[in-house]
Amino acid sequence: MTRTRSERRARGSRRRHNVRIALATLWCGVFAVVFLLPTVLTFANSFMTETEITANYGAVFEKNEKGGKKFIAEQVNLKLIPDKVTFSQYATTLFKSPDYLFKFWNSVILVLPIVVFQVGIAAFAAYSFMRTRGRVKELLLFVYIFVMLMPYQVTLVPNYMVADKLGILGTRWSIILPGVFAPFSVFILTKAMRRIPKSLIEAARLDGCGEWGIFSKICLPMSKGAIFSVAILVFIDYWNMVEQVLIMMPDADAQPLSVFLSQINTGEIGLAFAVATIYMVPAILLFLYGEEYLVEGITYSGGLKG
Amino acid sequence: MKRRIKERIFSFGYLLPSLAGVTVFFIAPFIQIIRYALVDNPVSNNFVGFENFIRVFNNNAFRRAAANTARFSAIAVPLAVALSLLLAMMLEAKIPGKSKFRTFFLSPMMVPVASIVLIWQVLFDYNGALNSVLASLGISPVDWMKSDYSHVIVVLLFLWKNLGYNMILFMAALSNIPKALIEAANVDGASAFRRFWQIKFRFLSPTLLFVTILSLINSFKVFREIYLLTGNYPHENLYLLQHFMNNTFGNIDYQKLSAAALIMALVMAIIIGILFLAEGRIGRDVEQ
Repeated sequence: MTRTRSERRARGSRRRHNVRIALATLWCGVFAVVFLLPTVLTFANSFMTETEITANYGAVFEKNEKGGKKFIAEQVNLKLIPDKVTFSQYATTLFKSPDYLFKFWNSVILVLPIVVFQVGIAAFAAYSFMRTRGRVKELLLFVYIFVMLMPYQVTLVPNYMVADKLGILGTRWSIILPGVFAPFSVFILTKAMRRIPKSLIEAARLDGCGEWGIFSKICLPMSKGAIFSVAILVFIDYWNMVEQVLIMMPDADAQPLSVFLSQINTGEIGLAFAVATIYMVPAILLFLYGEEYLVEGITYSGGLKG
Repeated sequence: MKRRIKERIFSFGYLLPSLAGVTVFFIAPFIQIIRYALVDNPVSNNFVGFENFIRVFNNNAFRRAAANTARFSAIAVPLAVALSLLLAMMLEAKIPGKSKFRTFFLSPMMVPVASIVLIWQVLFDYNGALNSVLASLGISPVDWMKSDYSHVIVVLLFLWKNLGYNMILFMAALSNIPKALIEAANVDGASAFRRFWQIKFRFLSPTLLFVTILSLINSFKVFREIYLLTGNYPHENLYLLQHFMNNTFGNIDYQKLSAAALIMALVMAIIIGILFLAEGRIGRDVEQ
């Protein structure tokens, strides 16, 4: 049977299309392995015995006294599946080596207040930015965005000077307070609340709702998704904190695990992967449960206008 | 009329807690550092003009840090933008398992740097896995983090962590391009190349702008990886502005700190301003 020319062309383009999809899938597969492997390795290695870890990676973590390290021909084994699965690393971290748990707790009491109060205060501010849009408000919003766009290298200097004046340098407050007032959440929630239809707010007002009623009965429930997603983003940012800690709180006792983890001693290498995994767990759980919210939050963050 | 005024006052009240905090912790001290940067010291308060700025510019450590930071951002930011756009376009091509891939690509952003640094050490240490592989191929080992390749490694770590976030932004933007427009171009016989540059690129331009700015800001955070991998004294290629600031905080030289922070704020403002102007030209006809 002879086919018409256009039929042949359609078949050809469909085949090209299929090849393209197959290639894209293949590449995505390669990327997926690269993106997942480091995390999976950390997780898997946390179930190894200390002897196995020392045998596999000992050469890496051995520190020679005078800086210069010798290359040992000894092979380093990246291993995905432990010879013997054990929880001994976790048991030691939890029961015998309380130092890491303290640092974990340090992280929690730094990050939790920042997330709760930054998002909470931002919800009020965003409501205000949504409700009226005068020239002053737009100028203030611009200032917020400007502060938000500045890297730590810039904002840490003013933060440090205020902390010094208030006498809170070296305490947790020097990290918590600037974190609470960082304008990121205000920016995102303002964008989210400005999408609420004006007619809804007008209707509520005509029904006799005051400002508090409009805020708590309409704006808060309608931006629940945005609030949760911004909370995830703020959490992950501060769970990772390094810069502020080094400058505001150089004292090791109160430091969070995000800084302390790298100072793990050569003698405790067996524990390192378990501690690293424990530190990942809250973030990963949030990710697994809130991925849709996270994606929504990222999408909201896109674009600086309106 | 009266209602409007009442509304304004009330809604301003909701802003007050936030505004007070931002003023105390960001705006007021920022004005303060402008003053610090222009005097010889906070006690005697003599106006010295640009002397502090000149002192910072002439500082070798600052120059090295600025050059390294600029070089890193100049390599890492375009790569982060291009690769995440590529990932987004591959996922938007309706490949099977799209949502799984999205999860995989996004996962690195949720992994704390401190947790993953161990694996980076295992890979890139002098006695690490990469050198093991090279040695078995007969290639002599390199102490990666202490070599001229160190910033290449750091670019890789940066991309690993940041591509997912950018990709989500591009995916959202791609799905907002009117399908009818692409189909019309198809019917007219426009090549894939022209479809991309003349339609998609223009609709993507606000997102391109934002992803570029975001990647730029995030490129300064790569200090975390470098610090956690190499401590206070990295290879000279990896000495970044944050290292310089840390050292300057150590000496509590407020004048130098203030001048350095202002220089950086100014440079950031200029770069962001230029990006905005560029975006305004490219995306001119597609914005409502």
